[in-house]
Amino acid sequence: MESVIIDQLKRDKILDLLKQGKRLDGRALDEQRPLSIETGVIPKANGSARVKLGNTEVITGVKVQPDKPFPDLGDKGILICTAEILPLADPHVEPGPPTEEVIELARVVDRGIRETEMIDLHQLVLIENKSVVGIFIDSSVIDSDGNLFDACSYASVSAVLSSTIPKYEIKDEAPVLVEGVTSKPPVKTLPVSVTMARIGDYIIVDPTKDEEACMDARITITTNSAGNICALQKGGEDGFSVDQLLKCSELALSVGTKIRKKLEQLM
Amino acid sequence: MSEDGIRCDGRRVDQLRNISIKVGVLKNADGSAYIEFGKNKILAGVFGPRDVHPKHMANPDTGILRCRYHMSPFSVTERKNPAPSRREIEISKVLKEALQPALILKDFPRTVIDVFVEVLQADGGSRCAALDAAAVALADTGIPMRDLVSACAAGKVADRIVLDVNNEEDQEGQADMPVAIMPNSGKVTLMQLDGILTSEEYKTCLQTAIGGLQTGL
Repeated sequence: MESVIIDQLKRDKILDLLKQGKRLDGRALDEQRPLSIETGVIPKANGSARVKLGNTEVITGVKVQPDKPFPDLGDKGILICTAEILPLADPHVEPGPPTEEVIELARVVDRGIRETEMIDLHQLVLIENKSVVGIFIDSSVIDSDGNLFDACSYASVSAVLSSTIPKYEIKDEAPVLVEGVTSKPPVKTLPVSVTMARIGDYIIVDPTKDEEACMDARITITTNSAGNICALQKGGEDGFSVDQLLKCSELALSVGTKIRKKLEQLM
Repeated sequence: MSEDGIRCDGRRVDQLRNISIKVGVLKNADGSAYIEFGKNKILAGVFGPRDVHPKHMANPDTGILRCRYHMSPFSVTERKNPAPSRREIEISKVLKEALQPALILKDFPRTVIDVFVEVLQADGGSRCAALDAAAVALADTGIPMRDLVSACAAGKVADRIVLDVNNEEDQEGQADMPVAIMPNSGKVTLMQLDGILTSEEYKTCLQTAIGGLQTGL
């Protein structure tokens, strides 16, 4: 009960401020929180990044290992993104099987990287239909203050950019690691996801946890370096008008350009 | 697709597959519907508003909506493991969020409305067909609703924007965009996209899906 009353008060305050074009933390409606990216934080991983988006913080590790290809995709390496909200990240998160929210988070991050075709998976084939290199991108949210989608996405992309792919040779039809030889991952484009929330008639970029608690609907749009729209997910308990959806795609492209510049520095 | 824009199943680019919906097909459910959407065959059953189990999920301020999208093991070419996959869990969530704006849950505090959707046969666009069936099943219960929800996908196949992507087109296609609207308010309550579209194509795709929904359903 208590939380409901606080939510209503916060919602009123947030709406009041939006009418004046302002937000609780002083940002403009289309302004993201400060983003900091640190790579190479987990030397045992093939690539890693620690990303802070405001007070949301995510650590992502990339592991690269030989694997069997998916039965219908024998000419492609494997790419798997997962995400987890650790119980230490949020007082409302408990250990246990993943909730709908966490599964959606992981799948939206995965979709962004997969559908933009960030990594050229054809270059990860060792023996067609038999042996490929798998890239496993695992994100852990360690502090949660809203917009986990973008934080996990930036951390995943940064971790891939900072990663090194070990070399495997085929001996007796089995992959064997070649010590000391690595290469950069075959990156074709940089996916940038931008998450927006609708509160009343206002669209805000990069919502905080408080803003998410009182949003009507949410949308995450991922764009590639060529300015195409490659993945999208609507969430939340209400909808968007068509005009709002078109505005969101423009925002995703304009806000995304700034983030992409930051990510390009890691290449 | 042929030169004159006729698709692999003989449809035009802006043509829906055949759709038939039967209402009230289940005795026990408070509301139910069965849809055939092309080769998709989907059953939806709704229970409620009823007591919430487990009880801690009950909300004294509002009713809640739960949704389960499930595919039968025999619904696809390769047998599907009957345990809910991550894909099905995600779809369950987006379906719930697509239906919720049409309901007035505040009028039913401490209760739950359960929507169960079973995909008996899947053939591309099953989440949209499932949503259509679920919306009709909800209406069949007699629960007050603000609006209906209707859903359909648009996509990009062989460099053209097409309405209602089927399974073959989805496998070979360049983009797939499921969209649901509430027809009276025009609000979009479900939208997803995978595949690469320019800004212009994004706009066309969205308009194609909504155009199809307004004429077809």
